[in-house]
Amino acid sequence: MWDYSDTLKEHFFEPRNAGAIEDANAVGDVGSISCGDALRLTLKVNPETEVIEQAGFQTFGCGSAIASSSALTEIIKGKTVDEALTVSNQDIADFLDGMPPEKMHCSVMGREALQAAVANFRGEEWSDDHEEGALICKCFAIDAVMIEETVRANELRTVEEVTNYTKAGGGCSSCHEGIEEILTQVWAEKGEAIDFSQPSQPVTQPKPYAMTGFQRMKKIETTIEAIRPQLQRDHGDIELVDIDGRTIYVNMLGACKGCQLEAQTLAGVQQQLMEALGEFIKVVPASMRPQAEGAAS
Amino acid sequence: MSEGIYLDNNATTMVDPKVVDAMMPYFTEQFGNPSSMHSFGDKVGRALKQARKQIQQLIGAEHDSEIVFTSCGTESDSTAILSALKAQPDRKKIITTNVEHPAVLALCDYLKKEGYKIHHLHVDEKGRLDLEEYEELLDSRTAVVSVMWANNETGTIFPVEKMAEMAHEKGVMFHTDAVQAVGKIPIDLKATKIDLLSISGHKLHAPKGIGVLYLRRGTRFRPLLRGGHQERGRRAGTENTASIVGLGKAAELALESIEHENTFVKSLRDRLEKGILEAIPNCFVTGDPDNRLPNTCNIAFEYIEGESILLMINKMGIAASSGSACTSGSLEPSHVMRAMDIPYTAAHGSVRFSLSRYNTLAEIDKVIEVMPAIVANLRKMSPYWGENGPVENPEEAFAPVYN
Ligand SMILES: Cc1ncc(COP(=O)(O)O)c(C=O)c1O
Repeated sequence: MWDYSDTLKEHFFEPRNAGAIEDANAVGDVGSISCGDALRLTLKVNPETEVIEQAGFQTFGCGSAIASSSALTEIIKGKTVDEALTVSNQDIADFLDGMPPEKMHCSVMGREALQAAVANFRGEEWSDDHEEGALICKCFAIDAVMIEETVRANELRTVEEVTNYTKAGGGCSSCHEGIEEILTQVWAEKGEAIDFSQPSQPVTQPKPYAMTGFQRMKKIETTIEAIRPQLQRDHGDIELVDIDGRTIYVNMLGACKGCQLEAQTLAGVQQQLMEALGEFIKVVPASMRPQAEGAAS
Repeated sequence: MSEGIYLDNNATTMVDPKVVDAMMPYFTEQFGNPSSMHSFGDKVGRALKQARKQIQQLIGAEHDSEIVFTSCGTESDSTAILSALKAQPDRKKIITTNVEHPAVLALCDYLKKEGYKIHHLHVDEKGRLDLEEYEELLDSRTAVVSVMWANNETGTIFPVEKMAEMAHEKGVMFHTDAVQAVGKIPIDLKATKIDLLSISGHKLHAPKGIGVLYLRRGTRFRPLLRGGHQERGRRAGTENTASIVGLGKAAELALESIEHENTFVKSLRDRLEKGILEAIPNCFVTGDPDNRLPNTCNIAFEYIEGESILLMINKMGIAASSGSACTSGSLEPSHVMRAMDIPYTAAHGSVRFSLSRYNTLAEIDKVIEVMPAIVANLRKMSPYWGENGPVENPEEAFAPVYN
């Protein structure tokens, strides 16, 4: 039995806004029939103010699909369309006091229905580019498609690298066999075999030449820039605040801020910076920076 | 649990109180190791012998030495299949079905990566095998056939006795996962050509964590666990004595009540099925209704999702299970439903009710009473459902953008 929160159960047994809105002017149909979820979101949007006046849902889905549909409609009612679009999957999950990782796709579906409905309201065509695969890492809710894409895009070869880039495998480590399988398959397509029995590459040794302070700063900046899209995918972000010798201060933003995985993400950033710089550095949240100058954070 | 209505006996069963009584002494005063020379071990050794006999009788084995105790049904399945491969290193092919339990399927997936050739027999829309397809696949490169006796989700029974004969004629070893069948339907192994058979205690009112591998005398065998001489060297490790005694007792009780199972329990199952089908539109039985376990019925409720149904009935104290993707946390509905080509909109709404001799008429009537409202309630929320029935052309009327 799933470990559903009381709030989630309550929204399942007593769903808010179930049913279609009669004279809706925004309809979003999304779903994934193979995984057993489908959702139609109907909204009544005030054409003048763009405020969502009424929201209704019809869901074919499990307990958390119904509960997250209920939560979504509650959250967006009274918001303008633009405000509603800033609602993240995590917001929906948080509204329900959390969701099992296997079920996070239910909250994703809610968000997509909203995007589809807004597109419909604006007379646009909405197409979904998000593909979902089997869940590999249960600790951090990372699926096979996400891992595969990241492995391809970054030519990753080890489980450790996959963990650094996607977080997958960074928790209980039970999914390492599954990650190795994905790596094996991706590289086999390129005609290469990977030998996991070799110890993974140690952190690159310092380069024979030293960078100037300016070059080093630039390098740190571009490395962090390169990491951002990946965090933005999860509706988070990162900002470089200061470089103090071997300590690099950053701000975690959006969904990354205060999330349980913050430490994990920082470790990943640190790893990538070390590889880029070829030296040992420490990545620390800016909140831990000595605040003598009284700088705004 | 005694408060609720338990209709999930294919998942696991309550340990019969008589089984618990039989086991108790083997935790305390009868704690000896059956291998020991002294009197502490001696009595335990004799208890194991009796348990072996009780199981022998339930499955009609010719010799009691054909019973090998294991730790669970999964271990029995793994032992049987891996033994067949190890004992016949030149044979690299396995024949199984699309609808096996993961205990067999996942092992076969793994073996495929190791270079073995796996053939999955297909089933038709009622979950039945095509024996001609099977006949053609049997050859001298086949190491083992592994086909379940009865399906855990639908209860559909496969003609394993016939299939074992066919394998025998071609000189191929035959294993059957009989975890769901043993104790529910009469079995007489000495009259068959089955070489290996798996049993799991917790499906027949014995504890979890005890199983049996039936190993026909003369079948070439390679142990999974090597070590001490327990189970005549075929399965090393000090015996789980209390559970073995419990399984023996459970086997004795199952044999006594097999008639009851196929009359009374079956009549409850039929009543439940009829009651639901009559009261609820757009639902149907999956599997082969004419050829299945007496305790199982699997009903697909169209246009709603199984986990939602389970949560709703759970609130009323009723326990069942579902083949929906969401109950398992996977993205696909049950492989058994998919194999039978049940449409997604129904496969996700499949609910399995599995009874036992502890269920009562009153319980069944209660379930028949509450189901219609629960289904109607969920359908009211479904985008595939209109005022009084499915929307016209449901698949077209609601055609979401899919992931
Ligand atoms: C058909 C079948 N085979 C094997 C098993 C596994 O048995 P066990 O849980 O004892 O390992 C089960 C039970 O879940 C089953 O239904």
